[in-house]
Amino acid sequence: MKLEDLRKIREKAEKELKLREGKARIRIVVGMGTSGIAAGAREVLKAFLDEIEKRNLQDVMVTQSGEKGLSSHEPVAEVWEEGKPIVVYGNLTPEIARRIVADHVVNGNPVSEFVIEVREA
Amino acid sequence: MLAELSMHIIDIVQNSISAGADLIKVKIHELKDRDLLIIEVEDNGKGMDKDQINRVQDPFYTTKSFKRVGLGIPLFKQTAEHCDGSFQILSEPSKGTLIRATFKKSHVDLPPMGNLRDTILTLVVGEPNVDFVFEVETDGVVFVLDTREVKKELQDVPINHPEVVKFLREYIGENLKTMEVAS
Repeated sequence: MKLEDLRKIREKAEKELKLREGKARIRIVVGMGTSGIAAGAREVLKAFLDEIEKRNLQDVMVTQSGEKGLSSHEPVAEVWEEGKPIVVYGNLTPEIARRIVADHVVNGNPVSEFVIEVREA
Repeated sequence: MLAELSMHIIDIVQNSISAGADLIKVKIHELKDRDLLIIEVEDNGKGMDKDQINRVQDPFYTTKSFKRVGLGIPLFKQTAEHCDGSFQILSEPSKGTLIRATFKKSHVDLPPMGNLRDTILTLVVGEPNVDFVFEVETDGVVFVLDTREVKKELQDVPINHPEVVKFLREYIGENLKTMEVAS
């Protein structure tokens, strides 16, 4: 494998990006502070990435952030969707992360038993 | 205590991001003949003066207002020193910071490296606006991933695009596969 192979991916992705003006519909932010990492945040972030890739959700972006001040609920992740309040999930596992992608991101139903906070954007 | 050295790397990199760095270099170097493992994180963030360098190594210090303690650096330091290694911070205000930890490779308490592929992947994808250079070297074999090169190929396509993530996972995995330090 070579980095030049990325060119093919770029050409294909550019066409799709033009169709939706390059905007991400949903952003998922995983907290990766010390306690988050210790509690398994890396595996949670990886599960989000895998599920998004598996479903080829091109308008969903996963990013990470430092400590959120919610250490007792780590790993935590926030789901940001335009025009909607931010949904904060806690006590995540890779399995719950996959469920959030299926239920919340794809079907629009937040996984309420793992929501620890909802706040205005 | 973090279970894996790669978790410490994520943790130390968070400090670089908080310090406003947009270029972070992570070097993992195994010197077998000297029974040594070196981990370095270098950033171009806002840096620290002597006083701050001393304070960040204190487990009761943090820059975050909502937390009373910051443990990332003290934990990493403790792990290094416990494994007959050393710990060093070189920093200058407005220039950046270099953190270097060394470990005795054969030390019985040395935590495993952990999943280095997923560590690199989650950082470069999770922080798309920061550039990373990961350099992994063992037994004269070197793997370098420079996200500036990746982004040059991608142009306007974001590094966290699902197809790119898939490519990077395979690319990093393939390159690290044969390297002992990565396992």
